[in-house]
Amino acid sequence: MQITVNGEKHKVEKCLVLSDLLTLLQLSSDQGKLAVEINGQIVPRSQHQNYLLTEQDVIEIVQAIGGG
Amino acid sequence: MNSAQDKPLVVAGKTYSSRLIIGSGKYKDFDQNLHALETSGAEMITVAIRRVNLGQHQDKPSLLDIISPAHFTILPNTAGCYSAKEAIRTCRMARELLDGHTLVKLEVLGDDKTLYPNVTETLVAAETLVREDFKVMVYTSDDPLIAMRLEEIGCVAVMPLGAPIGSGLGIRNPYNIRMILENANVPVIVDAGVGTASDASIAMELGCDGVLMNTAIAEADNPVLMASAMKKAVESGREAWLAGRMPKRLYASASSPVDGRFF
Repeated sequence: MQITVNGEKHKVEKCLVLSDLLTLLQLSSDQGKLAVEINGQIVPRSQHQNYLLTEQDVIEIVQAIGGG
Repeated sequence: MNSAQDKPLVVAGKTYSSRLIIGSGKYKDFDQNLHALETSGAEMITVAIRRVNLGQHQDKPSLLDIISPAHFTILPNTAGCYSAKEAIRTCRMARELLDGHTLVKLEVLGDDKTLYPNVTETLVAAETLVREDFKVMVYTSDDPLIAMRLEEIGCVAVMPLGAPIGSGLGIRNPYNIRMILENANVPVIVDAGVGTASDASIAMELGCDGVLMNTAIAEADNPVLMASAMKKAVESGREAWLAGRMPKRLYASASSPVDGRFF
């Protein structure tokens, strides 16, 4: 199925949960590392392991970087 | 001077011994940023919220690995947001990122040349964020009436600009800052415009509760030395304000007595 992650299209297997996607992307969902929004809704860290992705999901993954 | 007579800066119920807040943008690397932060004595540091770079190595340290939320108060900003909607979304992401942390720096920009605040959108965003229990430190213009309105909405600090972000032009309208201070019951922190140490001192001599700066330190030839200068400037400006300056006079006033002259 196709999903969009940070503006890029990705093809992934069906029945993928969010934590699997983060692993595929080599991202750590440890505390303070990132936040995830799917289709405009934040998915809390506690739900990453259960959140089942669906076709056409638009996913934003953010972090803290330098800024003023 | 006995600074024991001064009350510390309190923002959203937390006490800070430093009145300087610095940014984390434009530094050469995280280490230089950390060194400047430690030298400045600041306990609060702003960060931006942006997309992660997909494909970056996970073992590469991130900003918060170097500047730890365990040691410093992290102040996520909404820089780059041009609408209330974008700013609110950014704050919600920041809260999730920092595990429930609700202190944010709200800034809604009006245009990319001046980076002046879009005040109407700022008011809309502030109302929503306060309702959602965020502790909002708000970047705004130096309009005293808007500053009062933001305080009424429930912002925990009002942060008027001294001059445009990154301009280094100093405090362009000290009289407006004074008017804002006269009415305020929450900390007033000059945010943006400081270029060098004397600008920070001027803000503090006006009676501001703090100063927030990024470019003035990060873009100095020697950021760590400038961080040291800013620490002293904020402290000396504060002491001068507490000491109460002499009045300005148009004409001279002799310091040596007239009486007792033998000539």
